[in-house]
Amino acid sequence: MNAQDTIKETVTSNDVVLYMKGTKEMPQCGFSSRVAGVLNFMGVEFTDVNVLADDAIRQGIKDYSDWPTIPQLYVKGEFVGGSDIITEMTLSGELDKLFDDKGIGYSKEAAEKIREANG
Amino acid sequence: MTNRSEEIRSALTAAFAPRELEVINESDKHLGHAGHDGTGESHFRVRIADDAFAGMSRIARHRAVHDALGKELVAKIHALAIEVSG
Repeated sequence: MNAQDTIKETVTSNDVVLYMKGTKEMPQCGFSSRVAGVLNFMGVEFTDVNVLADDAIRQGIKDYSDWPTIPQLYVKGEFVGGSDIITEMTLSGELDKLFDDKGIGYSKEAAEKIREANG
Repeated sequence: MTNRSEEIRSALTAAFAPRELEVINESDKHLGHAGHDGTGESHFRVRIADDAFAGMSRIARHRAVHDALGKELVAKIHALAIEVSG
């Protein structure tokens, strides 16, 4: 399977996927760490793909979304954004709404705590 | 030494007519990090406000900034934080 097919299968067969540098347990970049941290804190179950482990995926994910940077968050197969966008959406409550709309489980209380701490 | 901040600034002013534009070199904040390549020109933050962004989705706004910078310049920057307002 080529990289594009692999990516398509990954993002469509898992509800929430984060392409990141490192893993959710051990992120290797501040931007990846920030997004993984938000998802972990909100109790969202997600699949992490370490792009540093596979050069074909590292380039392939940028082509797939036509987006030049990592991390990249996908929900139900749809590209949501990178770390700036996810941060903004977390603080504005748009991320909660997206998870509500897509039927993704998360802790609303934890999301509120993030907003209180960064308000 | 090239001045990447100026490259970023001129690409953005060529593509947009921003009300506000700030290009901040944050490379020094990332000393010791893997992406800090020693050039002092690896990490940037762009704050841009332009009426042209009004009504665009977040993704569309970021794409417009990426497109204005061009693939080559984006590839040269290890990390680019973007804050766009309409």
